[in-house]
Amino acid sequence: MRKYFLGIVITIIFVAYSTILRHQHSEPIVAPASVSQNNSTGPTSTPAPATTNTTPAGQYKDGTYTGSVDNAFYGNVQVSATIQNGKITAVNFLQYPDENPNSIYVNTSAIPYLKQEAIKAQGSSVSIVTGATFTSQAFMQSLSSALSQAMQG
Amino acid sequence: MKRTELIMGMPITVEIIGTNLTKHFETLFDYFKEVDARYSTYKPDSEISQINNGLPEAKWTDEMRMVLAICEKTRKDTKGYFNIKHKGKLDPSGLVKGWAINNAADMLRKTDISNFYIEAGGDIQVSGRDAEHRKWTVGIRNPFNIKEIIKTISVTAEGIATSGAYVRGQHIYDPFHPDRAISRVESLTVIGENIFEADRYATAAYAMGEKGIGFIESTPGLEGYMVADDQLATYTSGFERYVVSA
Repeated sequence: MRKYFLGIVITIIFVAYSTILRHQHSEPIVAPASVSQNNSTGPTSTPAPATTNTTPAGQYKDGTYTGSVDNAFYGNVQVSATIQNGKITAVNFLQYPDENPNSIYVNTSAIPYLKQEAIKAQGSSVSIVTGATFTSQAFMQSLSSALSQAMQG
Repeated sequence: MKRTELIMGMPITVEIIGTNLTKHFETLFDYFKEVDARYSTYKPDSEISQINNGLPEAKWTDEMRMVLAICEKTRKDTKGYFNIKHKGKLDPSGLVKGWAINNAADMLRKTDISNFYIEAGGDIQVSGRDAEHRKWTVGIRNPFNIKEIIKTISVTAEGIATSGAYVRGQHIYDPFHPDRAISRVESLTVIGENIFEADRYATAAYAMGEKGIGFIESTPGLEGYMVADDQLATYTSGFERYVVSA
């Protein structure tokens, strides 16, 4: 269940990241729907077989590239990116800050002053954004390092 | 004028209204680099790393003693939930960021700068007004979608900190159950009188899990907005006065 959720979160970030990349590079990068499945097999780093006959227009060369270890302030993040047919087919976490597999349910003591609402996206523009973004920042640094290796082939 | 630099493994942004003097930015970014050099547990030559490797107490700097004393006070203020000891090592990073932002804000105020904000890795100190003479607007990021804002608040002198476990990389531990993941809470945003207070209480309250928002409610001077894994937000009784309607 946790891994499934992790897969979803990574997919969201990955899609967001590839959107950014799409703005930066002329070559389109397609985020495959299989990222979460690939990730659920755990952090493995098996080199993809090098294929010489299918090198399309994509800027990345096939293979699995290990990104840099990036400091997320509270822990290190490192990813590997697998490129097939010039496209990213998997991004795996090799390291990230102390993942704990256990989960517990703690009863909230009823506090009458607290209020609740369902969260929903807002369109308004803001000056500043608050959020715990360390790991995702480090994720992007590590992924871009992996991808720059893929570009050099 | 606004500048961003990557220090302490995260982007730090400073915006100062009504000045184009780069010296203010240089002073602040140099300060954050000094803090990183002294308190980063990732740098083997930092003072905190040396302490964790057995540097005798007689050789600690006065500032380090003060920071560790503040950490100990915070531990008591938060019923033991703020605890810098983890796996036998000291890691004051749950407090140092807010403390450093607060110090940097004081440095600006001493030079008669009153309209600015400082943001480091999602933790913020604002002062005065923005370039359009409005209150500063701060968006709370959706922990389920980093591209989205789920709440907008407006502030003029407060500190805002968010603790969370984005990408499922937990960086805060429940000191009473260090091996357990912190349940159900995706992010907890705290507004306080300054970023030092907001940050240390956000860290501790996040470690309390779902009970944390109740702790924020019961602590004078703090308001909070907690997002749980069922996409429901729970917020304190005084939070709404900061909210900008969508």
